[in-house]
This record gives sequence, C-alpha cells and structure tokens, in this order.
Amino acid sequence: MTHMVPDLVDLTAPTWSPPHDLAEVGGVGTLPGRAGMSRRDFIKGVIASGAVVSGTAFLGGCVRPTAAAQGTVERLVSLNVNGQVRRVDVLPQETLAMTLRYKLGLTGTKLGCDRAECGACTVLIDDVNYYSCSTLTHRVRGRQITTVEGLESPSGELHPVQQAFIDELGPQCGFCTPGQVMSAVALLKANPNPTREEARQAMSGNLCRCGAYDHYLNSIMRAAARGA
Amino acid sequence: MADLLGKNFVPPDVIGKVTGRAKYAEDFRADGMLFCRLLLSPMPHGRVRSIDSSEALRIPGVVAVLTADEVPSIPAPGNPILTNEPCYVGEPILAVAAISETIAQDAIARIKVDLEPLPFTVDPLESLRPGGPNARIGGNTVIRREGLQEVKWTAEDFAAAEDGALPMGKPTTEWSYGDLESGFADATLVLDETFVTAGHSHHSMEPRSAMAYWQNGKCYLHGSCQSQSSAVPGVARYVGIEPENLVFVAENCGGGFGSKGGGYPIMSIPAHMAKKTGRPVMMRISRAEEYFLGSARPGFQGRIKIGFRADGRITAVDLYIVQENGPYSGFSDFTSAAGAVSIVYTPLAMRFRGIRVLTNTPPRGAQRGPGQNQIAAAVEPLIDKAARQLDLDRVAIRRINAPDNDSRYGGNQGPITSAYLRDALDLGAKRFDWESRKAQSGRRRGSKVMGVGVGQAFHSAGSSGFDGLVRLAPDGKLYIHTGVGNLGTYSYGSTSRVAAEVLKCRWENCVIVRGDSSRHLPWNLGQFGSNTSFTMTRTNYAAAMDAVRKLKEIAARDLGGSPDDYDIANERVFARSNPSRYLTYAAAARRAIQLGGRFSGRELPDDINGMTRASATALAGTGLIGVAKDNLERTGTVPALAAGFVQIELDLETGKFEILDYLGVADCGTVLHPQSLANQVKGGAVMGFGMATLERHIYDPHYGLPEVIGLHQAKPPSYMDTPLNMQWDAVNKADPQNPVGAKGIGEPLLGCAAAALLCAISDALGGHYFNRTPVVTDMIINAASAKTQSHKPLQVNTA
Repeated sequence: MTHMVPDLVDLTAPTWSPPHDLAEVGGVGTLPGRAGMSRRDFIKGVIASGAVVSGTAFLGGCVRPTAAAQGTVERLVSLNVNGQVRRVDVLPQETLAMTLRYKLGLTGTKLGCDRAECGACTVLIDDVNYYSCSTLTHRVRGRQITTVEGLESPSGELHPVQQAFIDELGPQCGFCTPGQVMSAVALLKANPNPTREEARQAMSGNLCRCGAYDHYLNSIMRAAARGA
Repeated sequence: MADLLGKNFVPPDVIGKVTGRAKYAEDFRADGMLFCRLLLSPMPHGRVRSIDSSEALRIPGVVAVLTADEVPSIPAPGNPILTNEPCYVGEPILAVAAISETIAQDAIARIKVDLEPLPFTVDPLESLRPGGPNARIGGNTVIRREGLQEVKWTAEDFAAAEDGALPMGKPTTEWSYGDLESGFADATLVLDETFVTAGHSHHSMEPRSAMAYWQNGKCYLHGSCQSQSSAVPGVARYVGIEPENLVFVAENCGGGFGSKGGGYPIMSIPAHMAKKTGRPVMMRISRAEEYFLGSARPGFQGRIKIGFRADGRITAVDLYIVQENGPYSGFSDFTSAAGAVSIVYTPLAMRFRGIRVLTNTPPRGAQRGPGQNQIAAAVEPLIDKAARQLDLDRVAIRRINAPDNDSRYGGNQGPITSAYLRDALDLGAKRFDWESRKAQSGRRRGSKVMGVGVGQAFHSAGSSGFDGLVRLAPDGKLYIHTGVGNLGTYSYGSTSRVAAEVLKCRWENCVIVRGDSSRHLPWNLGQFGSNTSFTMTRTNYAAAMDAVRKLKEIAARDLGGSPDDYDIANERVFARSNPSRYLTYAAAARRAIQLGGRFSGRELPDDINGMTRASATALAGTGLIGVAKDNLERTGTVPALAAGFVQIELDLETGKFEILDYLGVADCGTVLHPQSLANQVKGGAVMGFGMATLERHIYDPHYGLPEVIGLHQAKPPSYMDTPLNMQWDAVNKADPQNPVGAKGIGEPLLGCAAAALLCAISDALGGHYFNRTPVVTDMIINAASAKTQSHKPLQVNTA
C-alpha cells in the first residue's frame, strides 16, 4: 500500500495545534492558586505588541511563518535583573528567556522546550516562578527578575536551596537544575515548610528526564528544614 | 584501599549545575556568530528533484544555504548529515545561516524544494508483506555486514500465523543453543505469546544544539554529547577533517540516554556552515525537532514461546523479534534482547530469530537498555502468568531461573564475570517485605485495588582495553585525565577516585581534567552502555599503578635500595625500613621532569592509543606521568543486573494508578559512590515507569505524520507520576575481574522498574496480561471492564 502526501504540509495544522490554554494541562503556572501566565496570555501579549511570536519558528520546525511585522513598541527598555538595572534592546516579540540568554549573558536559564512544557527556563518575577520562554520581555518591565545567577549572596555564598541540592546530590545531567532550583526557591518563599506532597505539587511544572525527582524533593525538604 | 571508594563526595561539576555556571552547547557564544536553521522534510519519504534558494538568499541578513551535496555523504544505511532522499518527516534537507534565527527561518519559508513523494511505511509487518512498501530506495532491512537489503515474506508466512499472532517468515539473524525440542517436551507448561513494545523518544532535556567555528585550521565544536574522547573520530569524520584538527567540547551534556552516545551527523552542520561562511555558527535544535531527529528506541513486534517445569525452571525459549528500525542503521536492540533473555532466565535451550525492518519514522538509536529493557517489559509479565498457572511465588520463579557466576551469556554461551541477581531478589524481597505485601494483592478499597510486582533486567556493563592517564605535578597535585564524558551520572568522578585511592592522595588534592579534547585526554570508551564504572576504574587503576611504580623507582634512584623497598602514603614515597627517608609527590614530580624518559612522559608504552600518545606527549616534561593501557584480565561479559519491587493502588473505574512504593536493588559489584547510585536506581525507575505506562510514540499510518512532537503529548514522567517514597539498595558483592570490584548499572535500573510496574498492574487486574507496552489508562479501563482493546494485537506506533 502506498500513501502519498500531496504537497508541503504545514505541520502546525490542525493535528498538533497546542491546547488553547496549556494551564489546563498543567503546563504553565507552577504554583497552584497563583496567577500563572498562560499560553493564551502569552499569545495575546504578542498580538498586542503587534509582532509575530519568535517561538512559532520553533513550534514545528517545518513551519512556513509569515514575515515578521515590525512592532511599534519602544525597544530600549530597563529591566531589573538580579538586583541590577540593565538597559537592553528588546524586540517586540522577544521572550524573557532569549533576552536573558542572548542579550544579558545569563545562560544559567536553560531552554528545554521553548513552549512552556518543561520548566528549564524558570525564573522568578517578583518572587513568583514563571516560564521565561513564554514570558514576553516587554511585559516584565518594572518587575524584579531573579535568575539562578542571582541567588548567591554578594560574598559568593550559595543560596540554601543550592546548597541543599548539592548535599542531596539533586541533579543528574543538570540541564533542568536551574529551573528546579528557581521553582524550589519560589515554593519556599511562598510556603517555608511544605509537606513532601505540597513540594511535589509545587514542583510539578519542572520536568526532569533523568528522573531525579526524589533527590530534588529530598533537597527541598532539607532546605526547608534549614529554614531556607 | 577504601578511604575514598564507597563513600559520598561532591562531584566537581554539580556546583556549576546548581549555580547555572555549567555551560552546555547552547551556552557558548562567539563574535559574529550566525544562527542556522534547518529545512525539514514535510513527508515521510521523498526525493529532492530540485532546490531553488535564490529568493531566500536575497533576504537581507541571509548568509548561506548548505545542501546535502556540500557535506560528506554517509554510505547507506548510515544516518546522513543532510539528505536528498528524506526518509522521515522532519529529516533535515538543507540548512540556512543568517544573522538572526528569525531571518533564517523566514528564509527557509522562501526556499522552493520540489520533492517527489515515494512509498513509505510506519509498520514493519506492512513492509514485509509481499509487494509491501520499502522505507528506502534499495531496501527495507539492514543486515550486518551486508548493509541495505530487501526482504519480503510470503503470503503463506502471513497466513500461517493464527489471528493476532506474529507471523514468522525468514529472519536475517538467528542463533540457538541446547536442545530446543526436548526442552519444550520436558516442559509442564508452555506459553506462546505475541507482544508489542512501543518505540519512544529519548526526551533529553537539552535539545541537541551545537555551535562551531574555525580557527587556525582547527574546528572548534561545542556539542551535546554523552562521550568525550570516543566521540572525536566520528565527529571529525562527519566534519571531514582529521581527529587532531577537531577541538571537541562536551563538558556537560543535558541528557542523552543513548541518543548522544557518540558523535551524530547533525552535530557537524554548524561546522560545515561555519566553514562555508567563515563565521561561527550556532544551531539551536527545537523540542519538536528533537522528536524528529533526536532518535528513538526501536519498537518490537515479537513472539516468545517459553517452556516451564513444574517448579518454574525454564527449559526452553524460542524468541522471534521484528524490530522497527527507522530508516537508517538503527541499533542492535533485538539481538541484545535475546542476550538478556539468555542470562536473566538461563533457559536450558534457546533459539533466537529476528529481523530489523526499516520504517519511515525517526532514526532509531540506543536508549537506556536498548533491547534488554523492552524485553524485560514484554517477558516479565509472562513469567508472572506462568507463576500463576503453576501456582508458584513470583519471586521464587525468578530465583530458580536466576544466573550465578557460572551462567553463560548469549547464543555462543560465553562466560560472564559475576552475577548476583538471586542476591538482589532476596535482598529486595526482604527489604520490601514481599510476603506481607503479596498478601495485600487484590485488596479492594472502593473502586481501588492493590497490586504488587517484581521485575528484573540486565545489561552488559563493562569493557576493557582503554587507556589511563594521570599526572603528578610539581605543585603536589594529582591530575586525573579522563576522556569518558559526562552524561550526568557522576561516574567520571567516582571512577577517577580510583586513581586517587591507588596513589593514596587526598581527594582535595586531586584535579579531574576533562570536558575538552584540547585538555590532553586519554582514549577512553564513551559514556554509554553502563560501562563506565567497570571500564574506567580499570584504566585509572592501570595509570595510577604505573605512577606508583615510577614513584618507587625514582625513590630508589635518589634514596638508595630497590623500588620494592619503598611504599607510598600521605602523598609521599618512603622507605619501608625507615619512613623518614621519603620524597614528597611534589619532589618526585620535579625529579621525574629532570629524569625525563618514561618518568616524565617523553617515552611512552607501545600499546597505548594514538590519542593517548598525543595527550601524554603534550603533557611530557610537566610532571610524573602515569600512563598505561588497561591490560587487566577480562574473560567474559560483565553483567549488570537489577531487581525492582512495586506496590500500586489501581482505580478500576478511571484506569489510573498510584505507585505507593518502589524499591530498586542493584547488582553492580562494589558500590563506588552511594549517592549517585541512589540517584541512578531511582531515576532509572522513573524512566521505567514512563516506558511502561506513559510515553507515546504515535505515527499516523495513512500519512506517516508524527502525532507526538511535544513533551505534553509524549508524556515523559513528571513529579506527579513518581512515588513520594523511593528506596534503593545494592548487593555490593565485588566483581572478580575489576580491580576495585565495580560493575556498571545504569540501564537495567530502568527495565526492572518498568517490568515490576507492569507486573503490579497485571496483579491488580487479577492476572490480565496486556502483551504490550505502554499499558495506558484506556487499556486498563478496557481490561477492567472486559472490553476489547482499541488497538489490534500487532499494531504499532499507536496511541
């Protein structure tokens, strides 16, 4: 039996169109009951800024994107990152992850999926954990952004969560670790003494293919016990 | 010796992982760096008639287009770099470099590729039918040494199989030992079962991005790779240069699970593009692309006939596996699966037949326990089925078949180094309290029912013949050069500690040198195949012993007597008769430099690899060089074995279950590093749970399109799929053919957990056997309500 595909197909249509709101499938908003930014918000934000999502180029890989429209928003913005004000030239459609990684040299924030599925890009915005791959940089002006690079004390002492991750040998390959650390820090800020079950729920937006979840939970419980 | 081994330590790379300072391939930057994007095949099989890039090249910011004609062509059945005959949806046809990624992607949209659609298939059995489609021009199977071939079975072959059973036409691989016929004749119970194990993606958290540039004739490549030294020749070949002209940086790898075991073709694309443009090139790979070109575990359509005596002893096994191979070389899963059966159950007689069939699905590669773990998931539930029919305990039926040190492996029934699976079962049954848990089996709580399961798995876990390289420097430090790679197991570190142990160095005084081929690394096997703990303890032992000999010789020269009069301790070489006569290691290193020759690496052993020779030569004159090939005895396969125990509560109304407890027990020889072993036991189990019940790999048979290109669709396990309590243990019995008793373990830790969970689900369902992985929720509901499953028995790549 021979099957034919008639022409170049658009692999984003309709088989793979993402759920309207990934929050519904647990993809975004890693703290229950907190106002997480959904994919719908993200796309609305892009439309509002008059630009095309840079991420769409990444959605299918085989996508034929429309030519990027030029936005009209101001490009040179001030961001408060890890306690410092940074002036940075930001495209209208630019995600916070790309700004951090490619404009500010903060490569501790990893991109594992670029579509709000894995949590490797987790940063804190006003002490709440967000997927920076799905947060537009323009939307976090005037907010306090904390990345994994901003956790150590000025004297270079590790944050208690980082130290606990070392003591319990939390990471394996380490690629998801910065995101896990950031979600753990956010959790302990909101709930300094979580139960293991609460910690598991709070961390569930951060995937780890090595399956180091048990060691990460041990790390978090240890950090909590130390009053992180 | 036991100051360092068996104890926890802080692996040096973990600090960078928690601070974000650890650099992975996409974290490197270079001035003037371009971004490159790939044009991917929209169809499962086609042939490029023409490419028109003219419009794309006119876009401001677009720098170059790279096609298959400009890169080394890889002979069939190898996985190409770029191709004019795409064999799966998402296969790279060409690459575009531009000053930004967006511009590169825009340019790709303007390139006109005229593709001639070709026949395709996503089902091996469809391809084996008379007149069935071939996944590639020129064939539908790969035969060892013969390459790409076409094999079709006859209509009679298909007609001979009863409904739902695997047809068994002409195999391309076959072996047997023992008397199969009398084995089955002696059996009290014979099971004959057809099974399907789904393929699934690797889902490494780090997509296989790469960055490359050229400088002074050398190519600098930052790649995502499990391995370091062993990857260099292959990557250099893909780049089209000599290995010594490649600087390969693979200090951190964000997960590979086999898919980044060595260099892989697309890693070379930024190198080719950088050469063409004269500028550094970053190639970021997206998550969706990772599902296309990031490799996947082969699926099996299999059939197994097993004969049991009344006491559960397996008399004979007849195994047939059709392996879904993707379109290229694939991997030897099916033969490894047969090997695993031969050692886990030690059947008195066994026959294996198999064939790999090419399909237009992603290229298949090794995935953690390639073959061994699929077969564990398929066969372990059948062992339970037999136990149920023979009224035997499920641990007991495994014990009676378990290997010991005299057991033999595979079709040629070769020797093994050590096997303590029975000890693992006993230890696990005791720690898990198997007897009382078993009593809870089937207990109801509302719509929920309790199930318990035990599972086992195997992987060969060690090699030999590679090189060790250490250096005692005038600063008094021990530099341990390791070329194995860094997959995230920390075994590069625990095996390096053997050199420190042999030389009796304080660990704080040791430096591990690794992660970059320009750092003078020895020739080592890659970090794959659960081999590191066995293989690298041997190389580091050999190099350290060489250094010890040289220390004693230097002491004898300077302080009198013969080398045998000297011993080492506290980073000194001293006279046994008078410990106040000594040289510090720092002093000995200075003397080695003065003496030259083999002491300082100016003369080297004849039997070391050329890469080690070059590295040792570069280090020559900088200290006392310990360098040696691992010539220690190894006379057999090194078995890594594991047993897993699971208790679940399964809801018969929703098909959901919760894993209440998990215990994994490893037979990995002497434990080197408890904390990282614990992480392996538990992490492997999490992957096993995903393989057994969650992970999807779905291809539409009508169009050959993938239905799963995101993590939320593929469903690798999350925190919520993982039990709150996971336990681990190890037999901790030394392997006699390793100087410190160590064996590898990473892979069977997945298979034993997958098997145990599947067995627990069947147990909760009162002995319903699915003969298929993954067992997903709707299958459980169907089974619980005695409904027909939505899939056909042999259907593959289905939800």
